[in-house]
Amino acid sequence: MRRISLWALSTLSTVVLLLGYRTSLEGPSTTAALPSYSATTTSTAGTTTGGTTGGSTTGGSTGAGAGGGDAGSGGSGGSSTVTGSVVQTQWGPVQVQLTVDGGGAITGVDVLQYPSGNGHDQEINAYALPVLVQETLDAQSAEIDMVSGATVTSQGYLGSLQDALDQAGL
Amino acid sequence: MSAPAATAPGPTRRHVDHVMGLPVSLALRGPHAADPDDPAAREAWSAVMTSLRGSDALLSTWREDSWVSRLDRGEVSLAQCPPELAEVLALGEDAARDSGGAFTLRLPDAAGRVRLDPTGVAKGWALDRAARALEPLAGTDWCLSGGGDVLCRTRSRRTPLWRVGVEDPRDASRLLAVVPVGNGAVATSGTTHRGAHLLDGRTGRTARGVRQVTVVAPTLTEADVDATCAYALGPDALAWLRQRPGRSGLVIHDDGTTSTFATPR
Repeated sequence: MRRISLWALSTLSTVVLLLGYRTSLEGPSTTAALPSYSATTTSTAGTTTGGTTGGSTTGGSTGAGAGGGDAGSGGSGGSSTVTGSVVQTQWGPVQVQLTVDGGGAITGVDVLQYPSGNGHDQEINAYALPVLVQETLDAQSAEIDMVSGATVTSQGYLGSLQDALDQAGL
Repeated sequence: MSAPAATAPGPTRRHVDHVMGLPVSLALRGPHAADPDDPAAREAWSAVMTSLRGSDALLSTWREDSWVSRLDRGEVSLAQCPPELAEVLALGEDAARDSGGAFTLRLPDAAGRVRLDPTGVAKGWALDRAARALEPLAGTDWCLSGGGDVLCRTRSRRTPLWRVGVEDPRDASRLLAVVPVGNGAVATSGTTHRGAHLLDGRTGRTARGVRQVTVVAPTLTEADVDATCAYALGPDALAWLRQRPGRSGLVIHDDGTTSTFATPR
């Protein structure tokens, strides 16, 4: 169980890093940044080493606490997903989803919602998450600079989104 | 486009050229983007293209006279090739090992003959190397793209992040996601534009299970290799990516659902 908690903490640290948090990963304010996430971990695993997660949660942001997570639809092979509630942080709203196997171990974490546009820490920007757009957007409305896609050949470039972007800036 | 705290970046200056059969796009923002004829910017862009052409002569499987083609035919030994070829092949061997054989440096050509093919490593590596020519552009942010793989650099916290759109595999004229990147790389693997060309090295057959994989990593070499590996791994893509340190990204499954992931460094 301690291992699970530490794993959860490292995942939590990642999420916090993505938000540009710069203090020690072990610091209490780090865990406080995502109270609902901690609560979700607690309810999922059944028990937790309170000192590492819930214990240092301030709960100041939103309705943190044991009710923070909503059990999602059960997956195959005894695994299930748990969706945390949306937490307002100083960087913007954050929501995570955990995948838990039949034994209670966390096997994955998905960030469903996270702040965009202000993660300016040069060291963490390499780990910026893709922001899913609600409806698929065209390039004009998304205000993008470049396009990443399955390999575009020179032949396929003409008329592509990247072509349109380049023409606009030439 | 810019975050609230960001300063006005000025115009974005763009350059486009083609090499290795791929379009290469450069966007510049900052002091060296103000004047379209900025000599340092033109020189840097020219050096980028020269570097990429050098990589093409080294690594292209489409060119019979490339070093890798000559090595494959046994005309030269690895020791006789430029040392960069050994470097790229070593990266490929690492990827093959790390992916349990799903990534492979030995792929069949159009005639069905198995050839030494570092394509899965070449593009990211070549772009990382070429981008070194942009470092002398003091104070200037840049974003370099080659065939859908993107490398970003910002010099200040006050300038906006580059916004990289992730193409929708179902409709290449649309976007599925946007990645804001300051310093880092975004690579995408899929079959939207070239058909089913990605193989699972474990079976030798066309990889199946995921439709598209986008990986964000510190370097394009890492992002490109991991996206290729994950795509080849098919149904195991997401679980594998979650074991890779310091990555984030997006997997689009065969059924159209998406998963976002991020891992600690």
